[in-house]
Amino acid sequence: MMAFRYGVILFVFWLLLSGHFEPLLFGLGLASVILTIFLMKRMNVIDHESYPLHLSSRLPAFLAYIFREILNANIDVMKRIMTSSGKSISPRMVEIPLPQKTDLGRAIYANAITLTPGTVSVELTKDKIIVHALTKEAADELFTGNMAKAIPDQAIDK
Amino acid sequence: MYIAASLAILVTLGLVLARALMGPTVYDRIAAINMFGTKIVLLIAVLAFLSRRTDLLDIALVYALINFIGVVAVMKLVVHGNFHSTGDENSKSVEVDQG
Amino acid sequence: MIIDILSWILLVSGGLVGVVGAVGMHRFPDFYSRQHATGITDTLCAMLILLGLGLQAEMSLAAFKLALIFLFLFITSPTASHVLANAAMHGGLKPKLDGTDGEERS
Repeated sequence: MMAFRYGVILFVFWLLLSGHFEPLLFGLGLASVILTIFLMKRMNVIDHESYPLHLSSRLPAFLAYIFREILNANIDVMKRIMTSSGKSISPRMVEIPLPQKTDLGRAIYANAITLTPGTVSVELTKDKIIVHALTKEAADELFTGNMAKAIPDQAIDK
Repeated sequence: MYIAASLAILVTLGLVLARALMGPTVYDRIAAINMFGTKIVLLIAVLAFLSRRTDLLDIALVYALINFIGVVAVMKLVVHGNFHSTGDENSKSVEVDQG
Repeated sequence: MIIDILSWILLVSGGLVGVVGAVGMHRFPDFYSRQHATGITDTLCAMLILLGLGLQAEMSLAAFKLALIFLFLFITSPTASHVLANAAMHGGLKPKLDGTDGEERS
C-alpha cells in the first residue's frame, strides 16, 4: 500500500519533470517508476523516513519559521563580513541539548542549525549536538530553544 | 538583467576559486569547491534564461545532485584515505588468495 | 512591467549577496568560520536568484524545475557543510575560538 502511494508520487514527479504525454514515453516512464519501486522494495528502504508524509501538516509553519530565521541570520552575518574582519566575530563551540525523540527530527534539527548562517553543526551524538557558532548572539539564540520547538518531530503511529 | 546576474556570479566564482587555490588546509579547498558547485548551479540556471533554452535547467538539477555526492565522496577519500573502508574499525581486510 | 523590475532587483541583489559571501570566504580567519560564509551563498543567494528567475518563468515547467533546484540545494547544502565540518573536526583541525582574536567586541 505504501509502495503504491510512493509509486503514484514518483510518477507525478516524472510527469512534471519530463512534460511528455506521448504513449511511448508515458509507458517508459511508468516502467521506470515500477522498476524504481521494485528496487526500493528489494533494498528495504520504503518506510516513513524515505518519504516523511506524516510530517507534512507541520511543514508550512516550520518553513515560515526557518525562512525568517535564515533571512535574519544572513543579514547579521553579511554585516559582520562587511565591517572590519576579525573584530566583529567571536567564534565558539557550544553544546546544545537535543530534545527530539525521532532520528528524523534530529536530522531536521541539525540541518536547520546548519542552514542558518552563523551556526554549523559539527558533531551529532545521542542527546546533544556540538555547534560552531560565529557569534555569541547566534549561540544564545540556540540556547533559548526556539528552533528546537519549531522542528516537526512526530513518531509514526503504526 | 541576466547578464548582470551572471557577471556577479562570475566575480564570486573567481573569488571562491582564489580561496580554493590559497586555502591553507585541504578542508578549505573542498569547502571552496562545494561553494563553487553551488554557484555553478545558479549560473547554469541564469544561462538557461539568458539563452531562452529552459532545457538547461535539467542540467542544473543534475549538477546540484552530483555536486553533493562528489563533495561527500571526496570527503570520505580524505578522511579514510581510500574508498573501500566502511568506517568500521574492526572490519576484516579482504584476504587475497596468493595463487 | 512591474514583474521585470522585481526580478531585476532580486537577481542583482542575489548576485551581490553572493559576492559578499565570497568576500567573507577571504576575510574570516579559519575554516569553521568560513563555513558560515558558504552558508550565505547556499541559502539567501540561491533563494534570491532562483526567485528572480521564477518570476520570469511564471507558471510553467521551468518554474517547477527552479523550485526543485531550490529544494535540492536546501536539502543537500547543510548536509555537505556538516560532513565537511565533521571531517575537519575528526581530522584534528582546531578552530580559532574566542579569546585568540575577536575579544574586542563586547
